[in-house]
Amino acid sequence: MMATSVTKKETGRIHPHKFTLWVAMASIIMAFAGLTSAYIVKKNQSNWLEFQLPLVFWYSTAVIIISSVTMHLALKSFKVREMQRYRSLITVTAILGIVFTVLQYVGFQHLEKAGISLVGAKSNPAASFLLVITGLHMVHVLGGVIALLVIFFRAFRTSVKQYSPVPLEIAATYWHFVDLLWIYLFIFYNWVG
Amino acid sequence: MATEAVLQAHATHDVHGDHHHEHHHHETFITKYVFSQDHKMIAKQFLITGMVWAVLGGLMSVLFRFQLGYPDATYPWLEDLLGKWAEGGRITPAAYYALVTTHGTVLVFFVLTAGLSGTFANFLIPLQIGARDMASPFMNMLSYWFFLAASIVMLSSLFVETGPFSGGWTAYPPLSALGDASPGSKTGMDLWLISMALFVVSSLLGGLNYIATVLNMRTKGMSMTRMPLTIWALFFTAILGVLSFPVLFSGFILLIFDRNFGTSFYLSDIYLAGVEKALPNEGGSAILYQHLFWFLGHPEVYIILLPAMGMVSEILSVNSRKPIFGYMAMIGSLFAIAILAFLVWAHHMFVTGLNPFLGSIFVLLTLLIAVPSAIKVFNWLTTLWRGNIRFTPAMLFAIGFVSLFISGGLTGIWLGNSALDIHLHDTYFVIAHFHIVMGVASMFGMFAGIYHWYPKMYGRYLNNTMGYIHFWATLAGAYLIFWPMHYEGLAGMPRRYYDYSIWESFKQFAELNRFISTVAMIVFAVQLLFLFNFFYSIWKGRKVREQNPYNATTLEWTTPINPGHGNWVGEIPEVHRWAYDYGKDGKEFISQTTPIGADESSHH
Repeated sequence: MMATSVTKKETGRIHPHKFTLWVAMASIIMAFAGLTSAYIVKKNQSNWLEFQLPLVFWYSTAVIIISSVTMHLALKSFKVREMQRYRSLITVTAILGIVFTVLQYVGFQHLEKAGISLVGAKSNPAASFLLVITGLHMVHVLGGVIALLVIFFRAFRTSVKQYSPVPLEIAATYWHFVDLLWIYLFIFYNWVG
Repeated sequence: MATEAVLQAHATHDVHGDHHHEHHHHETFITKYVFSQDHKMIAKQFLITGMVWAVLGGLMSVLFRFQLGYPDATYPWLEDLLGKWAEGGRITPAAYYALVTTHGTVLVFFVLTAGLSGTFANFLIPLQIGARDMASPFMNMLSYWFFLAASIVMLSSLFVETGPFSGGWTAYPPLSALGDASPGSKTGMDLWLISMALFVVSSLLGGLNYIATVLNMRTKGMSMTRMPLTIWALFFTAILGVLSFPVLFSGFILLIFDRNFGTSFYLSDIYLAGVEKALPNEGGSAILYQHLFWFLGHPEVYIILLPAMGMVSEILSVNSRKPIFGYMAMIGSLFAIAILAFLVWAHHMFVTGLNPFLGSIFVLLTLLIAVPSAIKVFNWLTTLWRGNIRFTPAMLFAIGFVSLFISGGLTGIWLGNSALDIHLHDTYFVIAHFHIVMGVASMFGMFAGIYHWYPKMYGRYLNNTMGYIHFWATLAGAYLIFWPMHYEGLAGMPRRYYDYSIWESFKQFAELNRFISTVAMIVFAVQLLFLFNFFYSIWKGRKVREQNPYNATTLEWTTPINPGHGNWVGEIPEVHRWAYDYGKDGKEFISQTTPIGADESSHH
């Protein structure tokens, strides 16, 4: 692996793809900053519906935090080349990601059942904001799941062996990022907004 | 790909250069011209797509200037050309608003954003910092293809039955949110939103790449403060885009929900007269959209302007045979503009009922932009001062840029005042201001860039005589078109009206409007001369015979005359000095690759 040796020579210099991810995360933060600012502006105007967040969003928060832990462990196992453990952990992480988005969807349904419309003529911007912001976050989580699936199938491929941790590190950083993003949104909905 | 990128960044292996040398012999037509991952080819793709849009967008302005200049005349040939858009030989009101809207959208986003920074960031960043390609050539290719997809969707909206979107390029709700509001708000608006969403994706993919490339892929010795100002400007442009386009995207998402899913983010208490229907939406705020839109909208102005500023700085220095005056001040002022760009958006909204106290803060921040702008103008003029000036077409366009930036920038001080804005907002004064300072000035920057780097792009020169005619006619035309609009605006003539001849107050401007329209047609015709020059010279232009035809110091002139994918044969040159060693120690110029001599005076 000549490539790894070259990379290691330049210590302290971040890999261009990793760096690109950090810029992309700044970009994503701006999208959510825009939406949550709009939320605050709208909340301070007339006709804002106050409602309690369904309990299921607490469960989904727990799920995404656990998925971050499994992601972290998966990366650790990859680095010490415990491939069996790595494969199972990355599988668990992806499944937890899907469970998270399903739970978010269940949360929307609980709201609808409680008579709080998210869309349509009777909807209040307060509920619609929850749908749009949470929905956009779900799309970002699903993007992470797709990235994990790609890595997952690579992990089972035997013809080419993967030694570089860079793709997995990028996926892990992104995964922790969407986790933190949700924690921010969760705190925002409950206590700030 | 990842390992290759790392290798390219440092290129310390002899093997590597040979590998690249071999590589580009295997290219097929498809990989070379269509699905190319070579930054130089992607730049040309952006440029030519942008030129197609410039012609279409320019033609649209000529068409609506027909209506403004000759409101009573009818032209049967217009009906032959446009069909029901020009029933009876006169542009219909619906068509007029569709043309105005599409002209604005296309020129701002497709020509002056994608066409300008798409072209020159792609072309110049790797060549001037000494990289073989972008950090991710694949993402770079995707950036172009998303732009092309956006273009095709936007183009298709011109042909739907209800016409393209016609509520102004800013797409304010409720006009943009309600299909029943106007014909253009139906399918045309859906296509507009799809096209713009694709465009935002394209911008983000491009911008991410530009930032990562500038920060990570510089050749040995190329410290940040040795980079040419073009790269600094393109770097700040990319940061502005990456941080502001997502906010626009957020605004669009809410708009899509209002349009299609009955939410009330922007809508409240609306009665639609056309269909005699009261809408159930309550509690929304149309002003909210304006905040989200202008949070992008204002940085967007600098996304358009900064690349032109960077290229002009470079071209002025090369053709004055002098170092750029105040290099660090130029970087500092670019930085200041980039920061202020995010803090002034509400000056577009002074008359929306904005709190006057808040307004006064935005006035202050807006007027602060005059400081870095004045620093830049001062430095450009002092770069020219006592220079050994070569009046090439590129240089003329660069000087023209400075002229237009001053003229248009001064009226910005008027418009930045919230009190004056009560009178001037939404008048022709605004049109005059932003067309001169942002539209035409950036077009001049783009032309300067094309004339200057054409030999590097195609290995041939553009025809200079045609270039001179193009420059003088465009400069004179630009002032003749937009200068009189200041007077119209001061007299209170509002923008976006279909017919001014029925207003007693504005009848006095009938002949002035006709004059502006006539000049607009002539200037448009002159641009066709440039197009001819451009395409003719690709195949028939005078061949470039020397590696460094301008005696410039920067790295792009150390590549072969027709560089292949990978740019340099063999190793990437090492950089030993900044990009502006002109006339130093009695030497005409010293290339960035020349090591510092033993008895050299102080260096960067």
